[in-house]
Amino acid sequence: MKAATKKVVILGSGPAGLTAAIYTARADLEPLVIEGEPSSTSDQPGGQLMLTTEVENFPGFPGGVMGPQLMMSMREQAERFGAEIVTRKATRVDLSARPIAIWTGDPSAPEPDITTEALIISTGARSLMLGLENEARLLGYGVSTCATCDGFFFRDKKIVVVGGGDSALEEALFLTKFGDSVTIVHRRKELRASKIMQDRAFKSAKIDFVWDSVVTDVLGEEKVSGVVLRNVLTGEETTLAAEGLFVAIGHAPNTGLFDGQLEMDPAGYLKTTIGTATAVPGVFACGDVQDHVYRQAITAAGSGCMAAIDTERYLASIE
Amino acid sequence: MAENIVTVSDANFDEEVGASETPVVVDFWAEWCGPCKMVAPVLEEIAGEKKGSLKVAKLNVDDNPRTAQRFQVMSIPTLLLFKDGEPASRIVGARSKNQILSEFEPHIS
Repeated sequence: MKAATKKVVILGSGPAGLTAAIYTARADLEPLVIEGEPSSTSDQPGGQLMLTTEVENFPGFPGGVMGPQLMMSMREQAERFGAEIVTRKATRVDLSARPIAIWTGDPSAPEPDITTEALIISTGARSLMLGLENEARLLGYGVSTCATCDGFFFRDKKIVVVGGGDSALEEALFLTKFGDSVTIVHRRKELRASKIMQDRAFKSAKIDFVWDSVVTDVLGEEKVSGVVLRNVLTGEETTLAAEGLFVAIGHAPNTGLFDGQLEMDPAGYLKTTIGTATAVPGVFACGDVQDHVYRQAITAAGSGCMAAIDTERYLASIE
Repeated sequence: MAENIVTVSDANFDEEVGASETPVVVDFWAEWCGPCKMVAPVLEEIAGEKKGSLKVAKLNVDDNPRTAQRFQVMSIPTLLLFKDGEPASRIVGARSKNQILSEFEPHIS
């Protein structure tokens, strides 16, 4: 893929990356988007919205829009203005090199695959799993990373959802369409989720809650038959029969690639200074990779636009 | 659409996959599944490159629940490699082209 140095490369293709691509493409900067590679976690082309169903709060869609459809449309819009999109993943970057060096194949190769004058980082965040041995073993046999993909397989079954945020409640409400019952297991007594989601969840006849509890093991030989719960206040362990387990306990930023090269907060989110600039000239960050506060499609898209404008100004300043 | 990919169903599964002389990758998918959409073009590429030594098929789990159930598919996309009509290897979830090939290639001679 060795080619001329790009003006701007964008890592990631969620709302932040694709908005940055639309803006930089319209500014004739001929962006190259390294969109990522398929996976069933949220670290994939299109980002977290690829695992959602209906997005009700993205302005401009009064009747809602399906998450994957929204992302396909953004991708198409970026391509319309000439953004080049490759289905690869960066394996290494050298941000101190000029031009900036990016590897997408063997990270130990002496020569980078791509070089660029400016870099926009929009690698997003991925959803966390519990990290249990049996959770990994039973993945695809009752343990799922994607409620929208797999809810269908749990018709009239007992389902457990772990977590207390908007994603957990959204998954739980979606799963009530299929499951016989949905039990939300949360480690506290209060939910983090928004008021509207809490109201909907509390109103659902199919949803019940187990408070102050964590899942410590997943049971089942061939497929999931239940989970072991521990009450964090009393230490008491109980078993809950279930055929499906969906985990929505939060996110971690996809920033491993930048270890030692960019400043991060203790949770690993990239630090930006003015606008979307990082401490390294020519490197900008937008979307969930630098935001653990708002984490919305619209804020990601907004910061992607900011990164594009910041990049345009940076490139003009070094000319 | 995908000219190198065969569409299989509950009705013709045994004939298309069970009786196939060459190994067959079956992509269990559905319309509502985002990751399935991302893995489809990857399979199309693989089907083109491995033509003759590997057959690539897709099965819509919404229309064909019996076959999905028969092979305990509870998550999509699931890619199942059949050799001599029997499941020989399984990938749960979308993967990159290289990851799919390195998992399945040892089974394709």
